[in-house]
Amino acid sequence: MAVTVRLPGALRDTTGGQTKLEARAGTLADVISDIDRRHPGFRSRLLDDSGAIRTYVNVYIGDDDARVKGGTGAAVPDGSEVMVIPAMAGGAR
Amino acid sequence: MTLTAALVRERVRGTILERIGDTPLVPLRRIGAGLRGELWAKIESANPGGSVKDRAGLWMVIAAEEEGRLREGAVLLDATSGNTGVALAMVCAVRGHRARLVMPDKVSLERKRIIRAFGAEVVLTDPLEGTDGAIREARRLATTGGNVYVDQYSNPANPRAHELTTGPEIWSQTDGRVTHFVAGVGTSGTIVGTSASLRPRGVRIVAVQPDSALHGIEGWKHMPTALRPAIWDERVADEHRSMGTDEAIQMTKRLAREEGIFSGASGGAAVAAAVAIAREQGGRIVVLIADGGERYLSTPLWE
Repeated sequence: MAVTVRLPGALRDTTGGQTKLEARAGTLADVISDIDRRHPGFRSRLLDDSGAIRTYVNVYIGDDDARVKGGTGAAVPDGSEVMVIPAMAGGAR
Repeated sequence: MTLTAALVRERVRGTILERIGDTPLVPLRRIGAGLRGELWAKIESANPGGSVKDRAGLWMVIAAEEEGRLREGAVLLDATSGNTGVALAMVCAVRGHRARLVMPDKVSLERKRIIRAFGAEVVLTDPLEGTDGAIREARRLATTGGNVYVDQYSNPANPRAHELTTGPEIWSQTDGRVTHFVAGVGTSGTIVGTSASLRPRGVRIVAVQPDSALHGIEGWKHMPTALRPAIWDERVADEHRSMGTDEAIQMTKRLAREEGIFSGASGGAAVAAAVAIAREQGGRIVVLIADGGERYLSTPLWE
């Protein structure tokens, strides 16, 4: 089983134009690393040098904000959906 | 219909809306220390709705009334990431209009609650589409009848408010000695309108944008990847700069701790750009701080 990751248009340049990807379940860090293996540079767009979610990126696991579920250590179970939210006026073309 | 400041003042006399504009201009003594130029901050959180958007919100509503578009029973409609929504909701509450505001889901809780507190309806759109998704939904709703779409991104009353209020205030508050005006680009109403007022008087206009499409400077647009506002014209600025979110957040925190100015990230971004200009070019630099930090308390900015 896998998880679905939905991305804003602003990240499309790092994923070869895709805004919906599949990744292996695990922690949020595992999910991000899995995508980064296929799309190098993805991780650094979401996480800062200390490995924390960048302050201006919001990540939701289902309806839950990942920050309140343990940040990158939050569990992302099989079948769940991860959503990365852009800054409000950042454009989505 | 071309509005004048006198007409707008007359329409809102005796209400809270009279307090929109005439915001303070304060020196940034610590952040500006040791620079070649002086830094002065225009504090737009002093508007009754808490942001610079009160100016455009007021002028767009009065323009729609004067044009006869906003009649009894009509519903004002716009897309917004928050501050314009708060401003329009407040102005509509005073003027007796219904308001329907379209914004991306997951916008900060404060914004949604404030807008609803003023009695406006909030329509939420796909958060992955950002503000551009809200604009597309507002355009769709505008065709369904009964909605008066004010469209802050295309409405000439937006820059007009700044041409006839923000610009003249800055000129008067500096006794005509301002050399640079620095502001971010969102709808672009602030920079376009203030430029129309100050540039003919020899003031150098500096427009600042986020440095990438994925950024955290709320209210600003990364123009190369965003829907382009119809009112935007790059030629209104003498200089264009970009700003990273990390630097913006650092400066936002310095503003609070060193100057006692609690602002949103866009204020920090604009001030960081102004610091660079003061260092490189000198002069008397006025930078616009668009809103206050209270509006972002539930976001990671202040964690």
